[in-house]
Amino acid sequence: MAKYLLLKHYRGAPTPANFVPMGQWTPQEISDHVQYMNDFAARLEQTGEFVDAQALAPEGTFVQYAGEGRPPVTDGPFAETKDLIAGWMVIDVDSYERAVELAGELSAAPGAGGKPIHEWLELRPFLAAPPTITE
Amino acid sequence: MNEALLRRLTPSVLAVLVRRGADFAAAEDAVQDALVEAVRVWPADPPRDAKGWLVTVAWRRFLDATRADTARRRREDHVDEEPAPGPVPGADDTLQLYFLCAHPSLTASSAVALTLRAVGGLTTRQIAQAYLVPEATMAQRISRAKRTVSGIRFDRPGDIATVLRVLYLVFNEGYSGDVDLAAEAIRLTRQLAAQVDHPEVAGLLALMLLHHARRTARTAPDGSLVPLAEQDRGRWDTGSIAEGVTILQAALARDRLGEFQAQAAIAALHADARTAEETDWVQIVEWYDELARLTDSPVVRLNRAVAVGEADGPRAGLAALAPLDDALPRHTAVAAYLHERDGDLTTAARLYTEAARKAPNLAERDHLTRQAARLNVRRSR
Repeated sequence: MAKYLLLKHYRGAPTPANFVPMGQWTPQEISDHVQYMNDFAARLEQTGEFVDAQALAPEGTFVQYAGEGRPPVTDGPFAETKDLIAGWMVIDVDSYERAVELAGELSAAPGAGGKPIHEWLELRPFLAAPPTITE
Repeated sequence: MNEALLRRLTPSVLAVLVRRGADFAAAEDAVQDALVEAVRVWPADPPRDAKGWLVTVAWRRFLDATRADTARRRREDHVDEEPAPGPVPGADDTLQLYFLCAHPSLTASSAVALTLRAVGGLTTRQIAQAYLVPEATMAQRISRAKRTVSGIRFDRPGDIATVLRVLYLVFNEGYSGDVDLAAEAIRLTRQLAAQVDHPEVAGLLALMLLHHARRTARTAPDGSLVPLAEQDRGRWDTGSIAEGVTILQAALARDRLGEFQAQAAIAALHADARTAEETDWVQIVEWYDELARLTDSPVVRLNRAVAVGEADGPRAGLAALAPLDDALPRHTAVAAYLHERDGDLTTAARLYTEAARKAPNLAERDHLTRQAARLNVRRSR
C-alpha cells in the first residue's frame, strides 16, 4: 500500500525512442493515444489502484511574495526552464515492482505510426504516514 | 444510534448468511445494505433483538438481490427462499470470516480493505478515506477481493499468521481520518482473541495495546514526532499497559514463542521503565536475539544494533550495524544516532542530513532534519 506519482514531462525527461511532436501525428494516432490513456486509467480503477490523473497546460506563471502590503510579483513563463511537467497519474499499489510495471505499461502508449512512444515517465514515491510501530 | 454495536454485530450477521448458503460476495453486500437500513430506522424504532433484526433484513436483501439477479439472467434460483429452520445460532463463527478476508490469494491492500468492511463493518467510504483513495477505487478493490475469495470453502480453517499480518498492517499503516484505524485494529484483534486460543494472537493484541498506550505522548502539539527517549512517560496510558502486560505474560507462560510475543516483550520492557535511563537494554537485546532467530529480518537486526548501542555503548552498536546492508530503510538514521552517541558530531550531522533525504515519511524527515540542524548549530557555536 504505497502511493506513487507517474510524472509526464513536456520537457526535461530523456528523449524517447519514438519521438515525433504530437502536432505531426495523424488525427487517428492522436485519438488512439488518448484512448489508450483513458483505458489505462479505467483499468486501474477496476483493479483498485487508481487515485488521480491530471493534465497541465504547458504554460504557467511564476509568482513571488513581494513584501508587506504589495501585490505578488508575477513573471514568466521562462523559456529556459529545463523541466516542464505535462501531467501526472497517482497510483496506490502494493509494491514498488507493481508501480514500475504500471509505469512501463503507461509508457507504451502509442504515438506516431501507432507504435509505442517509449516515453520516459518519472516514478516518485509519496511520503507516507509514519507507522505506529517503530522500534 | 449505536455505531459500535452495529460494527460489532457485522461479522456474526455475515457469518449467519454465509452459513445459510449465501454466496460470500452477495451476502456481504446484503449486510452492508442492512447496516445502512439500521442507521436509518433504528433511531426512531430501535429493535429488541439487534442481531436478529440485522439477520432478517440482510437475508431479505440477499433474496431480493438474488431474485433480481436471477430474473435478469433468466437462471434458476439456487437459493432457498426461506431461512434455515431453527433459531439464529448464538455461537459466533466469525473466525472463518477472518481467514477468508486475509486469504493468501489476496494482496495485502485487498485483504486489509476486505477485513475492514466484512469483519469491521466499516463503509467503503470510510475505508477509502482512511487510505486516501477515491471511493470508486476502494469499491473496486473490495469487489475484486470478494471475487477472488468467492470460490473458497468457508468451513476450512486457514493460517492464523496471515490474519495476524493483516491486522498488524491495519494497526501500523494508514492515515488518521474519520476512522481510528489503530483502535479498529485493536478491536478486531480483541474479537479474534476471544474466538481463538493462540499465543501469537494474544502476542499481537499485547503489542498493539502497549504501543497504543504511548500514542498521545508520541506526537508534539505541532504534529512532530517525539522519540521514545524524550516522551513524557506520565502521559502513557497505564491501563492499556497493564492490560497488554497481563495478556503477554499469560501468552509467554505457554512457551510457544512467536514474533509478535517477542515484539510485545520489547514494548513491555520499554513500558516498564519509569525513565528512559532505567530501560533494561540488556534484556531488550536478548529479545532482539530471539526475534532475529524467529524472523531473520534485517529490520530486526537494525533495531538490535540500536539496542546493543544502548546496552554496551555506541561502539558496540556500530559494530553490530557494520555487517548490515546500508540500503535498509532507516540504516542511515541509526548510524547517525550511534555516531552522535560516540561523540562524532560531524559524521552524525552529515548522516542525519542524508537520512532525512531518504526518510519514507514527512514526520520522520522533519525529525531527522531537526537532528541535523541541532548538531550543526552546536558545532558552529
